[in-house]
Amino acid sequence: MPKVILALENDISTDDIYPGRFMATVLPTETPQFAFFDRTDFNASLKAKAFPPGSVIVGGENFGCGSSREQACSTLKGYDLAVVARSISRIFLQNSINLGLQVVICPGIEATEGDDLEITADQVRNHSTGKVYDQVKLPAARKGIMDAGGLIAYTRARLLARG
Amino acid sequence: MGMSVVEKILARASGLPAVAAGDVVEPKVDLAMSHENAALVINQFQEVFQGTGQAPTVWDPSRIAIIFDHRVPAESPKTATNHKKIRQFVAANGITKFHDVRGDVGGICHQILPEYGYVRPGFVVVGTDSHTTSHGALGAFSFGVGATEMASAWALGIAVNIEVPATIKVVVSGTFPPMVGPKDLILHLIGLLTAQGANFKVLEFHGETIRQMSTSGRIAICNMSVEAGATSGIVPGDAETVRYLREEAGVTDAIDCVTPDADASYVRTVEINVSALVPQIACPHMVDNVKPIDQVLGIPVQQIVIGSCTNGRLDDLAAAADILRGKKVAEGTRMLVFPASSKIFAQALDKGYIHDFMRAGAVVMNSGCGPCLGVHEGALGDHEVALSTTNRNFKGRMGNPTGEVYLCSPVVAAASAITGVITDPRKG
Ligand code: SF4
Repeated sequence: MPKVILALENDISTDDIYPGRFMATVLPTETPQFAFFDRTDFNASLKAKAFPPGSVIVGGENFGCGSSREQACSTLKGYDLAVVARSISRIFLQNSINLGLQVVICPGIEATEGDDLEITADQVRNHSTGKVYDQVKLPAARKGIMDAGGLIAYTRARLLARG
Repeated sequence: MGMSVVEKILARASGLPAVAAGDVVEPKVDLAMSHENAALVINQFQEVFQGTGQAPTVWDPSRIAIIFDHRVPAESPKTATNHKKIRQFVAANGITKFHDVRGDVGGICHQILPEYGYVRPGFVVVGTDSHTTSHGALGAFSFGVGATEMASAWALGIAVNIEVPATIKVVVSGTFPPMVGPKDLILHLIGLLTAQGANFKVLEFHGETIRQMSTSGRIAICNMSVEAGATSGIVPGDAETVRYLREEAGVTDAIDCVTPDADASYVRTVEINVSALVPQIACPHMVDNVKPIDQVLGIPVQQIVIGSCTNGRLDDLAAAADILRGKKVAEGTRMLVFPASSKIFAQALDKGYIHDFMRAGAVVMNSGCGPCLGVHEGALGDHEVALSTTNRNFKGRMGNPTGEVYLCSPVVAAASAITGVITDPRKG
């Protein structure tokens, strides 16, 4: 079962997830090395592949606020992590859906590092505390993009349909 | 039921008689702006076309703007190579609204777009930068997107599947006291709304104070609307918008101001009277951690920054120069000034402001993002404190996670440069 590998406070900015000084690095294949770079120990564990795919970062309110840099999503997607947060900033949410990073809005979520989380279709179950939390549905507008597996595939299909 | 200004713009751009908050629409894009991150957009754009048998062609090269600003001149071979790659793409695709690293037409993207008349009232503008909210100052619906979403817009010419945002009406009345202005208003509003108070929503600005405000001030408030989480800030186009576009941007073709219906529906109305407002400071490490200046007076500052897309315009430089003229920046404090565009730099030279800054001991830097995002120049040392007219103070923003950034107006920054501690310009 997925474990919580990092539990964070409110208002985690994209400067924290992917510091601005690495913005010259753009390719999704190259960005993961800088994930949470200034959280030195966590960054080292990520790079050492200490966490299995599907591991979860839990955030508070307004996760991913700030810059529109897509690197903040590709860097987490590179390790196949999931984000469960009480609320998520608009551009980060949109970028995550566009890139296929798993994001879950869960207003009541309480979890600490090491907890076992099960993410179902509409709930999040914390097996370590026995508590179950409801998810907020992601914007319906984005369903087509999620179903296509991301915005690149979605746009490609639209292009082909247009001929 | 009536429509808010953004609902009206989205209805028109989507070819629909009416839309309401929550509807899903696909508006035509009037302008698509990127900066250095066009390097990533190009990558995603080429990937979109892979396997389609179609050549990667942008939908309309005249509607794409690319401005180099974040790291100019390049601070590393990597950035220089990104610049080079983008230049080649621009040439190959015939993109005309391109602003290279130049001392005549260069500058920060959010200054260049209004300055060159690229944005008009009623436009739908997307930009790969969160402060794309700035262009609401000209009555456009203008919002930030990621690089892949921009690649999609470059290919299709529309913003795919977006939800019409709800609108918060902000009504501002009263007259600013001396040494208090638009920056203090927007900091105060962000403190009131909180950093996510307007997430997924638009801030639509009204009231006599806004009507009398210059476009420069409007850009500052729309610029920082995103710090309350807003999708966009917007000042419905009016006489000042037309004046700015005609007189300052040299626009000669028709300008069509879109205004909200009288019976538009808003999720919330916020009323602010600025007549008794005092200078506001956003304290580390969140933009909504806003305090009146008397609560932070006397804090020692090692770096003063005046500039950015928020407060690097001519009126900002004039106000700061008036305070610094004939004075000296305090020992132990360094002051950095970076005008928002080359054009503003030249105007500030002509007016003598640049000399005022230099004689006071400030370092005047080329136009661009400079120290604002901490990648290039003006990084903080360990545990140093900056007082800055920029728009973000997140941990690490000025290049050092142990540094602290306070945000303020240009007059607070200038008064504090002389003393080396946070100082009230009304008493200086
Ligand atoms: S000046 Fe700062 S906030 Fe403005 S566009 Fe540049 S980096 Fe962004």
